[in-house]
Amino acid sequence: MDQSVPEHLLKTRRREPVTMLEALSEGIFEEMIRDDQVFLMGEDIGAYGGAFKVTRGFLDHFGEQRVIDTPIAEGGFTGAAAGAAHMGLRPVVEIQFMDFISPAYDVITNYIATSLYRGAGPMPLVIRGPVGGGNRGGPFHSQNVEMAFFHTPGLKIVYPSTAYDAKGLIKSAIRDDNPVLFEEHKGLYRAPALREVLPDEDYVVPLGKARTVREGKDLTIVTYGAMVHKSVEAAETLSDEGVSVEVIDLRTLLPMDEEAIIGSVKRTGKLLVVHEDTRTGGIAGEIAMRVSEQAFEWLDGPILRVTAIDAPVPYSGSLEDYFLPQTDDVVKAARYLAGY
Amino acid sequence: MSESFPAGLDRNGLLALYRALRLTRAAEERLEILQKQGHVTGGLYRSLGQEAGSVGAAYALSRRDDGTGDFLAQTVRAAGALFLFGGELVDFFRQYMARATSPTKGREANVHWVDYAKGFVGPVSPLGTMLEVMAGITLSFKLRGEQRVGMVFYGDGASSTGAWHEGLNFAAVQRCPLILMVEANQFAFSSPTSTNTRVESFVEKAPGYGIGAESVDGTDVIAVYEAVSRSAERARAGEGTQMVELRYFRRLGHAQHDGQEYVDPALISEWAKKDPIDCFQARMLENGWAAADELDAIRIEVEAACQAAAEQAIGEPLPEGPDAVDDVYTDVVTPHPWTRSASSDSRLA
Repeated sequence: MDQSVPEHLLKTRRREPVTMLEALSEGIFEEMIRDDQVFLMGEDIGAYGGAFKVTRGFLDHFGEQRVIDTPIAEGGFTGAAAGAAHMGLRPVVEIQFMDFISPAYDVITNYIATSLYRGAGPMPLVIRGPVGGGNRGGPFHSQNVEMAFFHTPGLKIVYPSTAYDAKGLIKSAIRDDNPVLFEEHKGLYRAPALREVLPDEDYVVPLGKARTVREGKDLTIVTYGAMVHKSVEAAETLSDEGVSVEVIDLRTLLPMDEEAIIGSVKRTGKLLVVHEDTRTGGIAGEIAMRVSEQAFEWLDGPILRVTAIDAPVPYSGSLEDYFLPQTDDVVKAARYLAGY
Repeated sequence: MSESFPAGLDRNGLLALYRALRLTRAAEERLEILQKQGHVTGGLYRSLGQEAGSVGAAYALSRRDDGTGDFLAQTVRAAGALFLFGGELVDFFRQYMARATSPTKGREANVHWVDYAKGFVGPVSPLGTMLEVMAGITLSFKLRGEQRVGMVFYGDGASSTGAWHEGLNFAAVQRCPLILMVEANQFAFSSPTSTNTRVESFVEKAPGYGIGAESVDGTDVIAVYEAVSRSAERARAGEGTQMVELRYFRRLGHAQHDGQEYVDPALISEWAKKDPIDCFQARMLENGWAAADELDAIRIEVEAACQAAAEQAIGEPLPEGPDAVDDVYTDVVTPHPWTRSASSDSRLA
């Protein structure tokens, strides 16, 4: 295959570091090589290579039967992906910006996520795309959409924070027989700090398993996506103050790795949840409930959260920075909690 | 005498159409009895007056049971097509009676079931979605170079949804071998067609999507068969998505609970004169395509089959409540509520 593989997709083979975006591209590309039932649909993913170029070079390599440019109709092509999945194909659908997934909400929640339960069989499809703020994208190019779908039994939701995980998780998602919503934080896509040399082998990261990013004994931060990095920064600051913070990256939001959360809380006795998504109805609420049910006696303080504010994502930099949770917010909340 | 047979059908074909029409009506009439006896769970939907649309259309396609034939997305008012595609009578009753033995194990209603080998996929209640899904199913035929076509039924109401537009537009752009069957029965629940569209006929929408379309008398099983045969031929020849409008009338309410008070009774009587089975039967006898006693024998045979299948389904168990947690995922266990377990440990779920 090497002769025809685009140069930019061979960085891991050449033992060069890759960004999270390049890791995703490699992961999807390798899955398409491995399984000819995998194909792509989305807006501008062919000749243009996608709004963020995740699929750059794919059209030339795989042809227009497997890299299909669609009408601007997220409901239509996501529904079509469901039909293709019924027939044994394994579609990977790109939503150009996840803010635009709303037209597909009906087919995802009513059709795709219920398929197995309705006796209509497994639904091996991935719906992936960029999410998240910090890029001055305004209200319609910045949202996190996980909680609109979190309440949907039958769906899995994945949200990587590193290049290694992004590649391993997208491969697992494509191989999974359940529908997977895969969120890619655009602020992490090309973040230089995330560049790493990946194993030159066909590795996967299992869905449903959290990762302990940093061990600690005084309190637990449960987080995911871009907030993993802000939480680690905060933990380092607090470490200088003598507070030992454990950071857990959920990686998969649904199903949630409850065992990892509960296990950590039982060790530290304190929990701070950090998410970039807005506050009310955010995942912190669900996590707090589970800890209340299962580790109430181990808690030595209130369960706290650091989140975006309950507002649409604003455009101007000063507004967006205020809207988004920042490292200082995490430091402040963690320091307060450590005082209990 | 054979030269007098219509539409390239032979005597056996005509008898098969007659049987499918009779079977559809008998199955639905049996359901009404079952509902009065308290056996039916939830709504009951009749296709009275529309049987020829689903039967004629399905008969025009290639129906197999090995996953290589044409493909159907049925609706409650296209049960005739479902039966022709191999949907079992007993499964039909099991579904309506929410039995554990039903194809959906009691988790879904009426004709909402699938059989990929026989080639049919049941709908979800937002019917416009099935345009999108069938666009993808027929896209797979195109991508794999298979000579299969798909057929999706939907009504006046679904034609107004965004999903209808997005699915149709996608199918048209991709030249998917898909036939849209518009059940133009003049009502979406209680809303007349005029509340759903400004066009006189749904085929007027077709040029906007660049697809072929025909409008046909949906009470005439032969005319439907011919129209769909032509559409299937075009779709199979690579001409892409096609539309067939079935013009007829929903002679009963949306479901059994709907007394149809919003419809002029005179209109209902008028359409009763165009009953698709009566008309077809009269035509068969007039033309000497079949004898009265053999048609009568078919009616008696299908009514007995419906009664037997219904009795079988009645005798089968309902699902157990705790089965509700099964099959949400292929590989993730859904916990039972701790309040339903013998233990009072709140940590169980």
